Amino acid sequence: MIALYNIPFLAVIGLVLVGLYAVLFRRNIIKIIIGITIIESGVNLFLITLGYREGSIAPIYTSSPGGLMAMPVPQALTLTSIVIGVAVLALMLSLAIHLFRHYGTLDAREIGGKEE
Amino acid sequence: MLEFLDPFLKTFETGTGFWNPLVWATALVIAFLAMYILRGFGNKQFKTGTEQTKAFLSGNPEYEKQQMHIKGSNMYWGFTESLGWLFHQLKKMHTGNVSDYVLWFVIVLAVLLLVVGGI
Amino acid sequence: MNTIDFLLMHAPALIVATPLLGAFLTPLFGKVHARLRSGFVLLIVLLTCLLVGLLSYDIFITGGIHTYVFGAQDLTLPVVRILFEVDAMSMFMALISVILALVAVIYSWAYMKDNTGLDKFYTLVLLMTTGMLGMELTGDMFNFFVFLEITSIASCALIAFWTNKGKSVEAGFKYIVISTIGALFVLFAIALLYGQYNALNIAVLANAIQFTFVDRIALVLLVAALAMKAGIVPMHMWLPDAYGRSPAPVTIILVGATQASLYGVFRVCFTLYGDVITLPQVSIGWIMVLLGLITILVGVIMALLQSDFRRLIAFGAVAEIGYMFLGVGAGLAVLGAPEMTSVGLTAMKGGIFHIMNDALDVGLLFLVAGAVYYTTRENSLDRLGGLARNMKYTTVFFIIGLLAISGIPPMNGFASKLLIYESTYQLNPVIAVIAVLSSIMLLAIFVKIFYSVFLGPALPQFHTVKESPRSMLLAMGIITMIILFFGLFPDFVLTTIVEPAVNALLGYQEYIAQVLPGGL
Repeated sequence: MIALYNIPFLAVIGLVLVGLYAVLFRRNIIKIIIGITIIESGVNLFLITLGYREGSIAPIYTSSPGGLMAMPVPQALTLTSIVIGVAVLALMLSLAIHLFRHYGTLDAREIGGKEE
Repeated sequence: MLEFLDPFLKTFETGTGFWNPLVWATALVIAFLAMYILRGFGNKQFKTGTEQTKAFLSGNPEYEKQQMHIKGSNMYWGFTESLGWLFHQLKKMHTGNVSDYVLWFVIVLAVLLLVVGGI
Repeated sequence: MNTIDFLLMHAPALIVATPLLGAFLTPLFGKVHARLRSGFVLLIVLLTCLLVGLLSYDIFITGGIHTYVFGAQDLTLPVVRILFEVDAMSMFMALISVILALVAVIYSWAYMKDNTGLDKFYTLVLLMTTGMLGMELTGDMFNFFVFLEITSIASCALIAFWTNKGKSVEAGFKYIVISTIGALFVLFAIALLYGQYNALNIAVLANAIQFTFVDRIALVLLVAALAMKAGIVPMHMWLPDAYGRSPAPVTIILVGATQASLYGVFRVCFTLYGDVITLPQVSIGWIMVLLGLITILVGVIMALLQSDFRRLIAFGAVAEIGYMFLGVGAGLAVLGAPEMTSVGLTAMKGGIFHIMNDALDVGLLFLVAGAVYYTTRENSLDRLGGLARNMKYTTVFFIIGLLAISGIPPMNGFASKLLIYESTYQLNPVIAVIAVLSSIMLLAIFVKIFYSVFLGPALPQFHTVKESPRSMLLAMGIITMIILFFGLFPDFVLTTIVEPAVNALLGYQEYIAQVLPGGL
């Protein structure tokens, strides 16, 4: 049963690799942005998974019914990270709108290749 | 003398040498003064504004300013042409494509993981 | 207690809080009148300068490390609060950041006068200052990540400020993609360390660290991601785009943000991994030396090909970051060997002194480039020429910047580069030879700019070009005075500011003992 608790970590590696593939090998700017969001989801999943203790309950009680509680600190870190991710996503999408208005294309290779 | 000037006047010492900029600057000022005094011994009899002070072109006509202007990208032409293979390789690597930038990061990360991480 | 003691006790928090509060109050003042807003921003930056000066006087002259606990009166163990831990190295970087912010705000009065949306510009400038100062003062890893992201988001919006030009928006997009990927990998490494040791505080982590497999992965991720944000080759390619296409006052603060990421690399290597970095199977020092050499070479070679004014200076800035990495890497490589301590100490002093010198020199060059663009509206070296007749003061400032960045005596660049040359020569002569040759090539590159922009025949289209506005000259003058002061009295600066910083960086035991007395 130990292997069952390692599945989230494998999912993290998978998400980060899929996200990196999208950033590295896709030419559409929107797909690059989606790739960054997938990497961010992977890292957030990693943060939450670190806080789980076997057989624990959610750390939301002030007078708990007893037993082990999952660690609350990684959950706070993940909330901060999600908020930062939303801000960055909004900024990237607005820049993508500006880029499309200027260049008429969303191809990263063509936009980057134009010197002056 | 005034003691608060002491930290400003110390010599800068590396392990194997020293450098004192105030001594250097004083030597430079004395050299300039000597040059200025020597210049004062020169011939002062010339008329400004006539042919005696204009640049000498050996009788050639003076071209327009636009034709005489050396552009910035024409300088060091010999250098960039003779080492052209190096410059062209490097310039081609700077593509401007954001995916290539992240690809370089992943390559450096992989190399560092192999060397330091010992995977 | 009197005001000075009160200010000193709360200074680490006030240094970060003042620009943050000022950033969000700026649009209110902007609605009243534009000049009121400019005065308010200058007041906020001057207040921050005052606080940084006060705290740095206390830390450099009387020594010691200040800690500031958020949310409690005293520090209790186990450490659960967010801490700001300020030692001499943090104060050194904070001095650089605040000088650059002050100069940028003064410069932007005239430069950004004709632009709209200046409310948002000044808000973002103050937010960027907050982020930089927070990155440099903090003692908590996740707090470092949050301030890193604040700086990246504010910088990206400022780089893409001229949204009517496609090139600026593209540079901002590339910058935010690179920054976000770097920051996500930093967060991944922080999560790895948290999972191992159940701590986010740098001092607690440094006390508990062993060199297991997961720690090694975390070290590599942190160094690679923060080095990418600092502009080390081959991950440097965002730097010429971002520096070359943003407004000039933004570029000078961006230099400070880049160096705050470099400070992050040093903090991780020397303090967080201080116990284990001298083990023989860790070769981070030699890797840093190698990366520094490649950065210097590629920066200098690529700079020769450019024909755009600011892009060329940006490649010069890449080469200068290589010098800093080279100096500190050489110090790290010989850290374990007791017979080479004086060599390592000299190399580190040179590298860290060069951080401040490079910020000032490259800043001055970018300000001159901005002044030329402001008066002539031309960016390309092919079309500029003969401007020394019209802009006399700007030419003198450019000559001083040129001499300083290529390491010609008596400017400040010579003092720090002399330390790097002499110490790396004893490590391996090839390193010193490459460093000296690259300095000569930097001189060649900047003489190329000087000749093509300022000397040459008086072109007819530049007859009406006037001298730069006075606020720009004032900003350039402030930096020049600091450069000349550092150049004429290098020993004073070295013993007062640089040596405490190097000792604080190497003395990770005092850093830990401030939080965990007795070393748990």
